[in-house]
Amino acid sequence: MSASNEQPAKKGRRKFELDPALAAYKGVWVFIEHERGQVHSVSWELLGEGRKLADKLGVELAGVVMGAPGPEARRFCEEAYQYGADLCYLVEDPVLANYRNEPYTKGLTDLVNKFQPEILLLGATTLGRDLAGSVATTLKTGLTADCTELAIDPENRSLAATRPTFGGSLLCTIVTLNYRPQMATVRPRVMAMPERDGGRSGRIVEAALGMIETDIITKVLEYIPDNLSDKPQLPFADIIVAGGRGMKNPDNFALLWDLAKVLGAEVGATRPVVQAGWVEAERQVGQSGKTVRPKLYIAAGISGAIQHRVGMEGSDVIIAINNDPNAPIFDFATYGIVGNAMTILPALTEAFRQHVATARKAG
Amino acid sequence: MHIVVCIKQVPDSAQIRVHPVTNTIMRQGVPAIVNPYDLYSLEEALRLKDRFGGRVTVLCMGPPMAEAALRKCLAYGADEAVLVTDRAFAGSDTLATSYALASAIRQIQKDMAVDLVFAGKQTIDGDTAQVGPGIAKRLDMGLLTYVSKIETLDLQAREITVHRRAEGGVQVLKTKTPCLITMLEGVNEMRFATMPNMFRAARYPLKLLDKDAAGIEDVAKIGLKGSPTIVSKVFAPQPKAKRADMIETESGEPRDIAITLLTKLFTQHPKLEKEIDKQAA
Ligand SMILES: Cc1cc2nc3c(=O)[nH]c(=O)nc-3n(C[C@H](O)[C@H](O)[C@H](O)COP(=O)(O)OP(=O)(O)OC[C@H]3O[C@@H](n4cnc5c(N)ncnc54)[C@H](O)[C@@H]3O)c2cc1C
Ligand SMILES: Nc1ncnc2c1ncn2[C@@H]1O[C@H](COP(=O)(O)O)[C@@H](O)[C@H]1O
Repeated sequence: MSASNEQPAKKGRRKFELDPALAAYKGVWVFIEHERGQVHSVSWELLGEGRKLADKLGVELAGVVMGAPGPEARRFCEEAYQYGADLCYLVEDPVLANYRNEPYTKGLTDLVNKFQPEILLLGATTLGRDLAGSVATTLKTGLTADCTELAIDPENRSLAATRPTFGGSLLCTIVTLNYRPQMATVRPRVMAMPERDGGRSGRIVEAALGMIETDIITKVLEYIPDNLSDKPQLPFADIIVAGGRGMKNPDNFALLWDLAKVLGAEVGATRPVVQAGWVEAERQVGQSGKTVRPKLYIAAGISGAIQHRVGMEGSDVIIAINNDPNAPIFDFATYGIVGNAMTILPALTEAFRQHVATARKAG
Repeated sequence: MHIVVCIKQVPDSAQIRVHPVTNTIMRQGVPAIVNPYDLYSLEEALRLKDRFGGRVTVLCMGPPMAEAALRKCLAYGADEAVLVTDRAFAGSDTLATSYALASAIRQIQKDMAVDLVFAGKQTIDGDTAQVGPGIAKRLDMGLLTYVSKIETLDLQAREITVHRRAEGGVQVLKTKTPCLITMLEGVNEMRFATMPNMFRAARYPLKLLDKDAAGIEDVAKIGLKGSPTIVSKVFAPQPKAKRADMIETESGEPRDIAITLLTKLFTQHPKLEKEIDKQAA
């Protein structure tokens, strides 16, 4: 989303000169988050975004990998180069095997103090938010949470971080002028996944943690992994069929499941639908739910309120079905159908079913 | 046992409207509530008090009107309420807020040692989830965020074991008290206010702390001056340049509409056609 209807901000834009001591801070960093042997995709999404910022500034893009010693951490560095990093800072230590606030905060804070990046980005996950808040407070710098857009202010080379405000009805742009690094978090799937370039490589800069297990007060007694198969995975679905309050009742909601079945899709919903208990909370799309980026999003009986829109407008194609021709969803959908979802949905399901059947015969 | 619960008064964002023409926030008549996420932390603190006895102090930084939020918490069963309020705090971002609240907790501690501090997972207005971790760092306390369950608390040994929601699972963590905890939403349900507590809440003499009473040593660290982040502009999301391509048919029959849509969709997005055939297969 870009700016419009600018309002005079409370604190006007004053002439700005960067404290010379802070001018030494150079480079864009992305914290590479991983769990159970896999990097969280939000880190790659941030490298894609970080690449653009680094290129604008004419500086290097670095990944920060922290973890237990072993081939895994180095593999994450290789992957980071392929998603755009020029180098990786690597902190390996047995105490980093599982995420814990104390050693990770120390490791990242020490790295920042030693190598002085101007921008530090983290995913707005449970891990990223826990770590970002701790690191920013320790470093006494500014942190902007849940950004939806990152840019460089051409006037002063500072990071302009845009995020929703006032319950999502408005956006605000936040800058951190005379503090470094400028920190921001971004939720998973808000930024597009960058192309992976297998030919890219980079260099590793190693650093020691300087902490031993007895220094750390918090102990991980156990880790109970989620049973992924029984949790809907909306953020990574290629096709989503979503319904809103316009579906009227849980029985009508079955029409969405029918269509989803034909398309191999996930079912999504708006907040009122989740609150009414028609579907589980993991299916809520929007500001206080999941952000999704499917190739196709079909929205039935959804008005298109801003809080829903921010969670799904990254979809490649949006089909909206709504009986109100003035519903806001038609302002940003790709295709619109004005009509009763209860009759349109079965017709769509049938049309897709026939299409797939024909394709299967032909293929 | 003494628990401090940080609560914030926030506008009920479900009722915030933006003026359609001027794009300004229409605040008039929007009720102020206790940040909903803070109630999960307050309830958990009250449950610990039910088990171990002791005191629950609710702490809020905000304008004088935030008093109402604190009284609400007293009605739920909190014992003491402290409002940190001073013009000098105006414009505080999360770094300045955590400085002020940490400083106030040090003052509260002088009265009775604090075993646990609770904060909400996040607020619904600031929505940053930063203040909790910030307070923990400033008080040099352990931090347990997104806690879904407090398994054990041993006040003698000063040890606590909790379940913490991580991205792909649940961590069972053990740490020393005092520490700071933020509760995950939905893990408990706020109790009803009782009549005696409601009466007590109405009469309770709130403890007001101005910046000096809150122990603020460096005024450069609070308010606007102490806030590294600066809002450079506020604006309304821009409508997309292009409205939806509206699918219409002469007959208006659902079947015809569906076929017209599919034809258009697959002509304009051939990749999507392959995707659907693949997925469905
Ligand atoms: C802080 C905050 C966070 C929020 N977070 C989220 C979030 O994460 N996700 C979210 O979705 N919402 C969220 N909301 C709520 C959001 O503001 C809207 O209230 C919500 O998205 C509306 O849901 P809806 O479109 O299902 O319902 P409505 O707005 O009631 O829309 C129903 C639509 O269905 C249409 N309709 C009715 N009958 C039919 C029919 N027979 N056929 C076809 N169409 C029909 C109507 O014309 C209408 O447009 C949030 C709100 C706040 C304040
Ligand atoms: N002004 C405040 N007064 C008391 N507690 C606060 C205040 N601001 C934030 N908090 C606490 O910090 C949590 C996280 O807030 P935030 O970082 O704004 O999302 C809240 O849920 C509260 O528990």
